[in-house]
Amino acid sequence: MSFSNSLELLSFHWMAYTIYAFIIISVVAWFGYNLTRKEKVKSLVRIPFYGYMAFLVAGGVGHHIFTYNVVPWVSEDITRHEITPDKTYDITIKAHQFYLPKEKMVIECGEKVMFNVVSEDLVYGFGLFRQDHTMVTQMQVNPGSRNDLLWTFNHNGVFNLMSTEYSGPRGNKMFIKDAVEVRGCDTTVAMLEGGIQ
Amino acid sequence: MTLIDGVNFKPESLSALQKVTLRAVVMSFLFYGLASIEGMIMRVASVVPDIPPVHGEPEHFFSIMTVHPIIGLFGSTYQLVFAAFMFLVPYLTKKPLYSVKLANVVWLLITIGSATAWIAAFIWQYAPLYTLYWPLPADTNQFKTIGGIVFIVGVALIMFGTFGFIYNIYATIFARVGIHKNKTTKELLISGFGIDGMLNLFHKLTGRPPYTKEPALSLPVVAIFRGTVDTFLDAVVILGAGILVLVYLVADGIGSPLDLAAIDALLYKNWFWWGLDLVADGLVLIYVAGSWYLLATIITGQKLFMENVARAALMLELLVSWMVWSHHLLADQGQPEMMKLVSGEMVTAFELLTQGLALFITLVTLWKARPLKPTMELKYLLGGLVGFGLAVPAGIIQADMAMNRVLHNTQWIIGAHVHIAIIVGLYMTLYSVVYVLWPLVTNNATLWSKKLSNAHFWLHLIGGIGMGAFMGMAGLDGMLRRHMYFEGEYQTYMILAGIFGSMILLAWVLFMVNIIMSVGLKGLVGIFLPAKDDTASYGLDPEPGLVKA
Repeated sequence: MSFSNSLELLSFHWMAYTIYAFIIISVVAWFGYNLTRKEKVKSLVRIPFYGYMAFLVAGGVGHHIFTYNVVPWVSEDITRHEITPDKTYDITIKAHQFYLPKEKMVIECGEKVMFNVVSEDLVYGFGLFRQDHTMVTQMQVNPGSRNDLLWTFNHNGVFNLMSTEYSGPRGNKMFIKDAVEVRGCDTTVAMLEGGIQ
Repeated sequence: MTLIDGVNFKPESLSALQKVTLRAVVMSFLFYGLASIEGMIMRVASVVPDIPPVHGEPEHFFSIMTVHPIIGLFGSTYQLVFAAFMFLVPYLTKKPLYSVKLANVVWLLITIGSATAWIAAFIWQYAPLYTLYWPLPADTNQFKTIGGIVFIVGVALIMFGTFGFIYNIYATIFARVGIHKNKTTKELLISGFGIDGMLNLFHKLTGRPPYTKEPALSLPVVAIFRGTVDTFLDAVVILGAGILVLVYLVADGIGSPLDLAAIDALLYKNWFWWGLDLVADGLVLIYVAGSWYLLATIITGQKLFMENVARAALMLELLVSWMVWSHHLLADQGQPEMMKLVSGEMVTAFELLTQGLALFITLVTLWKARPLKPTMELKYLLGGLVGFGLAVPAGIIQADMAMNRVLHNTQWIIGAHVHIAIIVGLYMTLYSVVYVLWPLVTNNATLWSKKLSNAHFWLHLIGGIGMGAFMGMAGLDGMLRRHMYFEGEYQTYMILAGIFGSMILLAWVLFMVNIIMSVGLKGLVGIFLPAKDDTASYGLDPEPGLVKA
């Protein structure tokens, strides 16, 4: 099992969390109903206290272990300083304006791309979005510190660039259409204009 | 006439302690209404940006977004929690409140402070949001200096009020009168931090008699004691940030601007989130756990299940709450990876354990006492459990390096996590407290309508979960939490979130109608008139079964 893009991961997450939400609402509703009945209902299952605690620990820690193993961008992010990127793009943000490289950012399928973003004044965000507004990836952009995002693109697409952090009302216009293009992949999911990543 | 006179509420019969409690509660629910209206304006503007008073202007939209949490969290939640605790601590410890005058100063400072911050955003459109990411709050290219100064003064007043509350609580707990006449400060400290619970567990494991059979402080007081440590630290950090911003704004105002780059933005972010996160992960979770324990023992009239474990867990929560702030910085690439892993992911995951434990203990305590009457306080308590049962895992899921990369700053975190935690989890717990305290603080005034109480319950519960859910779904589809959309990008989700949001607003209207009809307009005014009875305690021996957790 592996998630190659955010859409796959978030679809799985949507399903898992929705099931969980219905379970927890049902459990408390069941408790509420039976707490007030005169006939004492027997417990459906006996959950040992330490078993419950172990379940919570396993859930909390296991969640991270699971995503580390099935979501490729986690290990890539942690070890990004040891990885030589195929391409590096230096981007500057100043006074609510993105200053992109002169040449259009065109990426071949499977390339590892480093986005080095510098802010010269405020805290901004750097986020790539599909044409249907779903998010591909993002990072915060702090002035005075390193903001480097390594990303591997596995699907074709043309992506818009937005600031994902609030930087005052003027920041609401920080949007560049079709800032990044990925091409050359065999797999293009046609359901979205501009493809999927 | 009921509207004028109420049902049978007699404000002149109230003591000073009861009156000061009710004053803060009234202000709290007025601010809650304001926050609900602000929330609905933003919900509607997410569908129709041109709606007045936003008029399609980001300046206006973000001004509202800036004051919304100030009004909602400080003006309303802080007031309500502080009022309840300044009544409960004397009630549970069977001692008078240290100072009723100080309690009056507290609600006045928080009320004036919240209103002042609101005015700064309303008049000057000062809108750095509650996050105050450096150097945005000192950015005089976007914001007027006077607006910033007024806003910071407002927040500072709220924090001074918070310090007043903290002093009052600790002065009451440490007062060596009544049942604590022979207790030492050390004994009260050990009990306050839950260390006696830990020692009891340790003694049990090593086959020794318990460290103490009767802890100096009851469990809800321990939770208040513990949560107030985080409230103090949080207030210090927020006030510190305010002073920093104020220095820069004043310098700019007198024509000698300071270098904004002198403050490291990432370091500031760490420091600010360490303090701010204490509100969410320290203060709320600990206060809420304590409230659940209190409510469970009052509703059932029985001892809390696994009390020593609960005491020890409160101590654990103290350490956890101080070490989790990095989950807010998982998208910051300059943040050391080890801090992301340890603080942001692993320690944060322990909140699942501590809150799961509180939920377990509360449910088992209720379960062992069944059958119970389906009272409003029980219903709201169960609603509160559902709220945190939904919201805590939603937050833990995002406190993960994989998920955070695609969910950070989206509507997921503010909808599925924050709003469900506050509106459903926290507020339903607080409504349960309100229903428990109602007869105590009003001298058994009769509620006007039980039907309205039930309507309020269901509208609030369904509205809160529904709004949070659809905001969360919009977040999964990429909708940012701090962005104004003009092209109808997430319209379906926002319409649905707006419909459920309007249920929350309607619930508040029904609640207020019920309360006003119960106490009457005369009673409402009477609450704010001076008390004839200056008693600062309540019923020194009402029902021992209730005050012993």
